[in-house]
Amino acid sequence: MADSGVTDEPGTKDDVHRAKTEGKELSKEEKQRLRKEKKQQKKNKEKKDEKASHESEKKKNKEEKPVSAAAPASQPPTQPSTQKAVPAPAPVPVPVSETPALADKPAKTKADLKAERRARQEAERASKQAATSKPKAPPNELQPVVKRLPEHVQVDNPGVLKKLAKKLERQQTPGCNAATNAKIPLRLDYGYKVSLFSHLHQYSRKAPLTQQLSIPSTVIHPAIVRLGLQYSQGIVAGSNARSVALLHAFKQVIRDYTTPPNEELSRDLVNKLKPYISFLSQCRPLSASMGNAIKYIKKEISNIPSQCKEEEAKRKLLSCIDCYIDEKIILAAKAIAKSSIEKISNGDVILVYGCSSLVNHILCEAFEKNIKFRVIVVDSRPRLEGREALRRLVQRGISCTYVLISAVSYILPEVSKVFLGAHALLANGYVMSRVGTSQIALVAKAFNVPVLVCCETYKFCERVQTDSFVSNELDDPDDLIVTRKGKTQLEHWQDVPSLGLLNLVYDVTPPDFVDLVITDLGMIPCTSVPVVLRVKNVDQ
Amino acid sequence: MPGPDKETDLTERIEAFLSDLKRGGSGTGPLRGSAETARETTALLRRITAQARWSSAGDLMEIIRKEGRRITAAQPSETTVGNMIRRVLKIVREEYARSRGSSEETDQQESLHKLLTSGGLSEENFRQHFATLKANVIEAINELLTELEGTTDNIAMQALEHIHSNEVIMTIGRSRTVEAFLKDAARKRKFHVIVAECAPFCQGHEMATSLSKAGIETTVIADAAIFAVMSRVNKVIIGTQTVLANGGLRAVNGTHTLALAAKHHSTPLIVCAPMFKLSPQFPNEEDTFHKFVSPHEVLPFTEGEILSKVNVHCPVFDYVPPELITLFISNIGGHAPSYIYRLMSELYHPEDHEL
Repeated sequence: MADSGVTDEPGTKDDVHRAKTEGKELSKEEKQRLRKEKKQQKKNKEKKDEKASHESEKKKNKEEKPVSAAAPASQPPTQPSTQKAVPAPAPVPVPVSETPALADKPAKTKADLKAERRARQEAERASKQAATSKPKAPPNELQPVVKRLPEHVQVDNPGVLKKLAKKLERQQTPGCNAATNAKIPLRLDYGYKVSLFSHLHQYSRKAPLTQQLSIPSTVIHPAIVRLGLQYSQGIVAGSNARSVALLHAFKQVIRDYTTPPNEELSRDLVNKLKPYISFLSQCRPLSASMGNAIKYIKKEISNIPSQCKEEEAKRKLLSCIDCYIDEKIILAAKAIAKSSIEKISNGDVILVYGCSSLVNHILCEAFEKNIKFRVIVVDSRPRLEGREALRRLVQRGISCTYVLISAVSYILPEVSKVFLGAHALLANGYVMSRVGTSQIALVAKAFNVPVLVCCETYKFCERVQTDSFVSNELDDPDDLIVTRKGKTQLEHWQDVPSLGLLNLVYDVTPPDFVDLVITDLGMIPCTSVPVVLRVKNVDQ
Repeated sequence: MPGPDKETDLTERIEAFLSDLKRGGSGTGPLRGSAETARETTALLRRITAQARWSSAGDLMEIIRKEGRRITAAQPSETTVGNMIRRVLKIVREEYARSRGSSEETDQQESLHKLLTSGGLSEENFRQHFATLKANVIEAINELLTELEGTTDNIAMQALEHIHSNEVIMTIGRSRTVEAFLKDAARKRKFHVIVAECAPFCQGHEMATSLSKAGIETTVIADAAIFAVMSRVNKVIIGTQTVLANGGLRAVNGTHTLALAAKHHSTPLIVCAPMFKLSPQFPNEEDTFHKFVSPHEVLPFTEGEILSKVNVHCPVFDYVPPELITLFISNIGGHAPSYIYRLMSELYHPEDHEL
């Protein structure tokens, strides 16, 4: 399991203690300076030992990345332990860490430290590569690899839950006392969880987190509260929609933000965002696209030079966010539509699944270009998102057929192409998408129908996953209940001890089922995803 | 001699049965299991044998065929009816042959050699009258009825040979045979069952509640999650509506997807089907193979504005090719799909394949 403050290295115990006692008295900036100094000292001392211990740590953690062991140096054990020992605002990684490379949040808040470290690590790596013969791909962005498992896949570990509760308590606006009820509540799981998924959260839609919030809630901006409620009730759904809504909410937060005295905008704003992100992830686990967007924002905020005036800084941030939305979502959609239209020919019968905003956009664009095709929309219970897609397509005038997913073997012989949307593309080439996508790809493969996945590059994610169990989302199990002919069979499923309902949200499609991925960078095979990630990282 | 009252009584019963079939198949009437249908058909045929006027086996077979054609036309998708009729025809042939003499008993298999050498001898016109034929036929039909009553139990008795402890078994929809099978195994072993709900009719829900009441750990999943959870499943056990002559299945909607997912993960697919579901049809008539019900189940009338502009399909059955099936468990034991054609020749006479 991911390391916690519990497993301290023997040499750092005194530092931890010192930091604890000192931390309460020093101001934040002094604290940070102290930290910097300590780190530099330790790095020179413990370089070699930490490498060894870090490699064993890497084996413990489940997440694998194409990052070499040269990167970590002395960071992982010392940094987290010193940081964790210091109370509020503790830079504990938010369960956003789809890309654990940047899970080491403290690094991001100190850009200059990063540069320093990078230079040192380059030198290290050069010397190490001369010595060892291990074939490791050098990381582009030499982040210390702190591979912590995100909290939302460790629900069965009571220690992790306790830590989360404590973290939520700590995340308050500085100046608020801990005794007030101005903290983010911990959302409780609902219902009997199938044993295969006991490591995931399962929430009920009837008990949104906002009910547990006290009024007035000084911790969380009202736009974020509204957003959280929209997420948890399913009002805002879909990868792109959620990301755009998140970015708009953050814009509102930035507009309403004022830097407190003696604080720097670049550091304080990031810390302000942390409780919001915890709150949102409690309402509904964050998606990969949201994670990437949050990373981008944090980077932009921390890159604001300290001399910048507040108004100018805010303007800059707002324009950055607009630019991100424009580039990564809107223009990307246009580019993808342009490439996809080449793949649609007259007389095609196209099968789509569920409601993907990108695929709908592509089909509408193709229809504008007067290509004659018809669409088959496949839908599944309990979300029935396909009806929304059906409405949009029919409004444009595209001729559609509608079936449920169990009828897909019946309808597939008529189909010439399958277009699927994606929630995220994982680094090992697997496509993470709405549950049922892998099934459609499987049956299409059996009937030799080409499967094309459309995905913007901002949804690419450095995680790897091979099955749909280890990291997923469990939706409200009551959604599966249906009343037919006046009888509701599963109405009292809670009373029956051996009956469980499982409402999965995502699944992963293996790359051999997918023939082509259409992105804004072009049309690539599924296995080229890590290449794109690498190119993107180099650009950044 | 059966009087005119009995005749009208007989025709009434046949009409009642026909209308029952018509209503039951549309999904609005009381849904009956195939076992019930088989029993009722056989009982009806016994009554026809007892009460109709016939003097020779040929007459009886003609009557049965005529009524059989009417009954199957009422609900073509209910193949158990046709199967039972063919079974009874075969019984009649056998009894006739036995009455004639034991030399004809070996005429079970129409071997190529026999066809070439005997020439036109296989032209039985079944015109001979035997006094005991009626009694024999009715007795044989009674035996058939007892066999039908025991089928589910016979299949359930084999459960412990196929399920080990701590297994995860997946099934789809609702099958009374599979339910009995799993409940029987649950008496001695502990295992988990995952039931795919099988939209839009969601019969899986009933199956799940019934299994969980018997103390089996059950989980209900949506159809869309079949492939997602398949990696964790040890066996897939399903029922079917019909077993086709090539060893393929005509099963409930979504079974083909389930079979493909099982094949992908190399999970064995076991079909629990009693012998009366074996039908001498082949799946080559695409138009007549499928049955559709009201698309209202899929897209309800509340979606009115788009309803008129889209085509909605709601097929009821799926074809599963024999390559995807690992094992058939029937009341006479377990078989591979490649063996089904032999079983067919034991149950039905080739001339009866076309009623």
